Amino acid sequence: MTEKYPIYLDYAATTPVDPRVVEKMLPCLTEHFGNPASRSHALGWTAEAAVETARAQVAALVNCDPREIVWTSGATESDNLAIKGAARFYRGKGKHLITVKTEHKAVLDSMRELEREGFEVTYLGPEPDGLLDAAKFTQAIRPDTILASVMHVNNEIGVIQNIAALGAICRSRGVLLHVDAAQSTGKTPIDLATLPVDLMSFSAHKSYGPKGIGALYVRRKPRVRLDPQIHGGGHERGMRSGTLPTHQIVGMGEAFRLAREEMTTDNARIRRLRDRLLHGLLGIEEVYVNGDLERRVPHNLNISFNFVEGESLMMAIKDLAVSSGSACTSASLEPSYVLRALGRSDELAHSSIRFSLGRFTTEAEIDHAIKIIEAAVQRLRALSPLWDMHRDGIDLNSVRWAAHG
Amino acid sequence: MAYSDKVLDHYENPRNVGTFDKDDPDIGTGMVGAPACGDVMKLQIKVSEQGIIEDAKFKTYGCGSAIASSSLVTEWLKGKTLTQALEIKNTEIAEELALPPVKVHCSVLAEDAIKAAIVDYRSKRVPAGESRDANPEPRAATL
Repeated sequence: MTEKYPIYLDYAATTPVDPRVVEKMLPCLTEHFGNPASRSHALGWTAEAAVETARAQVAALVNCDPREIVWTSGATESDNLAIKGAARFYRGKGKHLITVKTEHKAVLDSMRELEREGFEVTYLGPEPDGLLDAAKFTQAIRPDTILASVMHVNNEIGVIQNIAALGAICRSRGVLLHVDAAQSTGKTPIDLATLPVDLMSFSAHKSYGPKGIGALYVRRKPRVRLDPQIHGGGHERGMRSGTLPTHQIVGMGEAFRLAREEMTTDNARIRRLRDRLLHGLLGIEEVYVNGDLERRVPHNLNISFNFVEGESLMMAIKDLAVSSGSACTSASLEPSYVLRALGRSDELAHSSIRFSLGRFTTEAEIDHAIKIIEAAVQRLRALSPLWDMHRDGIDLNSVRWAAHG
Repeated sequence: MAYSDKVLDHYENPRNVGTFDKDDPDIGTGMVGAPACGDVMKLQIKVSEQGIIEDAKFKTYGCGSAIASSSLVTEWLKGKTLTQALEIKNTEIAEELALPPVKVHCSVLAEDAIKAAIVDYRSKRVPAGESRDANPEPRAATL
C-alpha cells in the first residue's frame, strides 16, 4: 500500500476542507454570488437564505438559537469581539477579568490589551494535568469581576475543562463566561441549552470547514451585550459589520452539520487510532504524556521524548506533519508556555511533540508514524550527551550547567 | 525552518559522533549549554605530544543547527594546533553553515565548546607544583 507524504498529524493546526463541504461552497462563488444584504432582488434573497440555513446548522451542533450566532472571520476575531466587546460594554460594572495561563494567544493578547486600558486581569495557572481547579477559580472572583474566559479544549494538550462547573460558579457570582471552543466542535458535545455559558467562539477550519470564517455565540436569555469592534453597515445586528462571505458561511454550516452527524462514529475511530499511537510510542523509554489522558479529546496526543530536542526530532520525522513545543520551532525561542504552565520542566517542553489525528487519518499511517518516530528517537539519543548521562545514572538536575551565553 | 544543504548534510550524516575516555590525559572535554535552553554540546579533542589535535568527537542535544555546528567543528579541529583551534570563530561556523540569525547562538555554543575542551585539556597538563587554580574556570558543566 502506498502512503501519502507527509503523513498529516496536525489536525489541531488546521484540517483539510471536507470534499462534501467544498461541493456546497462552489455554487456560492459563481451562480449564487449575491450579497446576502441585498433585499431588492432574488440573488440577495438566495444568498440570505443560504446564510440562514448555515446559521441554523451551526446552532444545531451546539444546541442554541440561530439568532445567537454572529459570523466572524474566525475564532481569533470571535475571542477579540467577546472579550474586548463585553469588557468595554460592562466596564461601568467593574474592571476585573479572569483567564487561564494556557489560553490561546487570541485570548491572552486581548486581555493584555484590556490591561493597557485600565482593566485588571488574573491569569490562573492550571493543575499539572492541565485542568483548572474550580476552587481556585472561585477564589479569584472579586466583587468587581465582570468576565472570565476559559477555553473548552486546549489546542496543545487537548484537555477538556469542566465548563459546566465553571459556568455555574460564574452564574452564581454574576460574572459573564466566555469560552473559546475552537478546538472542541465535533470532538466533544456542546449543549448551550444546559451549559451556563454567555459567549462562545467557534472556528470552521478546525472542523473540516474553510479558513477565514468563524462565529461567536452571544446568549440572548439572559441577554449579553457587546461593544462592536468592527463598525460599518450594521450587519449581524450591529455586532459585526462587513459583507457576509456567503461561500465561507455555507462551508462552515455544512462542516458543522457533518460534525453533528458523524461525531460519534468519527471519534470512536479516531480514539482507537490515537490509542494505537500512544501504545506504540509508550514502547520507547523515557516518554511522558503531557496533560490528562482521560479528560481529553480523542484526537490529541502530546508527548515529550526525554533527552531529545523537539526541533531536531521534527527534522528526523519530516515525513510526518506534526507540531512541537520546542523553543526552536518558535520565533521567540521560548518553549511552549502551555507546557510550562503545567509545571513541565523546560527540558520536557523542548522535547514535546503534538500529534493531532483527524477524519482522514488511517491505521497504516499511524503504524508507519510509530516506526519513523522510534527510529528517529533512537538515532537522536545516540547523538545526545544527556542520554549518555542518563544511562550512566547521572541526575541531570544535579548538574551545574554553564549559563547560556 | 529552511536549513541550508550543509546543515542538512551534517544533520543527516553527522561526522565524528562518539565519546573518548574523559579521564585520559590526552583528552580534553568541553560541555556547554544547558538542557533548559534546548541545547547541550559535548566536544572532545585528542591531543598529540606535539600539541596537535589528532581526533575530535562530539555528542549534541539540540536543534539541527546545533548538531551541524558541532559536527562541523570536529572536522575543522583535526590537524590543528591548540592555538589554531582557539582562532576558530563562531562567525566562520555560522557563515559556513549559512545559519539564519535566530540560529547564530548554535555557532557561539560550538566556539565555546572548543574553548572549554582546550581549557580542560590544559588543566590536565599543568606541571606538578603549579596550582590548578591558575587556570580559568572552564565554561563547562561540572558534575
